[in-house]
Amino acid sequence: MAGLGGRMSTVIKAKVSKMLDRAEDPAETLDYGYQKQLELLQNVKKGIADVTTSKKRLQMQSQKLEQQVVKLDTQARQALSQGREDLARAALERKTVAQTELQSLDSQVEELARQQEQLTENEKKLRSKIEAFRSKKEVIKAQYSAAEAQVRISEAANGVGEQMADLGLAIQRAEDKTEDMKARASAVEELEAAGTFEDLTQLGSGQDDIDRELNALGAQSQVDDELAAMRAELGSGGGESPQLEGGEESK
Amino acid sequence: MIVRIAGESQYRLPDGDAERLNELDNRAVAAVEAGDETGFQELWQQMLALVEADGVELADDELLGSDVILPPRDVTFAEAQGEFTGEGLIPD
Repeated sequence: MAGLGGRMSTVIKAKVSKMLDRAEDPAETLDYGYQKQLELLQNVKKGIADVTTSKKRLQMQSQKLEQQVVKLDTQARQALSQGREDLARAALERKTVAQTELQSLDSQVEELARQQEQLTENEKKLRSKIEAFRSKKEVIKAQYSAAEAQVRISEAANGVGEQMADLGLAIQRAEDKTEDMKARASAVEELEAAGTFEDLTQLGSGQDDIDRELNALGAQSQVDDELAAMRAELGSGGGESPQLEGGEESK
Repeated sequence: MIVRIAGESQYRLPDGDAERLNELDNRAVAAVEAGDETGFQELWQQMLALVEADGVELADDELLGSDVILPPRDVTFAEAQGEFTGEGLIPD
């Protein structure tokens, strides 16, 4: 088969034959093969664990983005209540961008979860095949002549090797995918840290520009409140207060 | 005939299916070469459907090499355009 099947087969079979390219003494090959399989199974387990870790990291990034959405929403409300529609609009624009990113991140995490499930299932399959190889190798050693054994060994080793190579490629594919996602998610994080979902500002870490303006507004209104309180205090004092002077001036 | 869907399972298919599968595969490759993504996806789904309809999944402890290994189910058009290569975890 020269098409898709042919190309995929070539890749996997090349890996299998390199894995198995050590056939000398059949009995030795069997034991060596089994040891090798157990070793590679550890690689596979580690690979699946890495995919799982990446998935968790992406889930955490998605949670942060969710918080960002809530924060921007709160900022928009605050800004609006202070009569700053421009700030509210900027916050809502960013919220929209964050929400879009969040949706795409979530669907990617979901896909990754499905892949992880499939990988785990195939790891189970691989373990069964290695176990089958273990019992088969004893039977082959006990029951067959060297020449006969060779054929059966290569058949059995092929069965395990192919499963191993296939799972290895599947893990690699999942890892490549998580790399893409991680790159995307960290780009979003950088934007978020800089407070520049839109090209509005170039402020550094921590507070973004909307925070600052709201804080400034907050500080201003705190000053106003204190002033009002002072006026009230002074006003409730004696008749010779500065407020009266003010009153005289207004005459 | 033993067919593997990469990343999933191996299936035992009647030998008579080889020709049909091969024909679909050739048409799928032609679609890829023509840049026809829709055509490719349709043919690819037909290939998967054929394997699933006629194939019997191999037991986990059956140790057999495949005659044909098909790409992963969710193979993208871009992947189909490239070569299915890569080092992976299993060393060469």
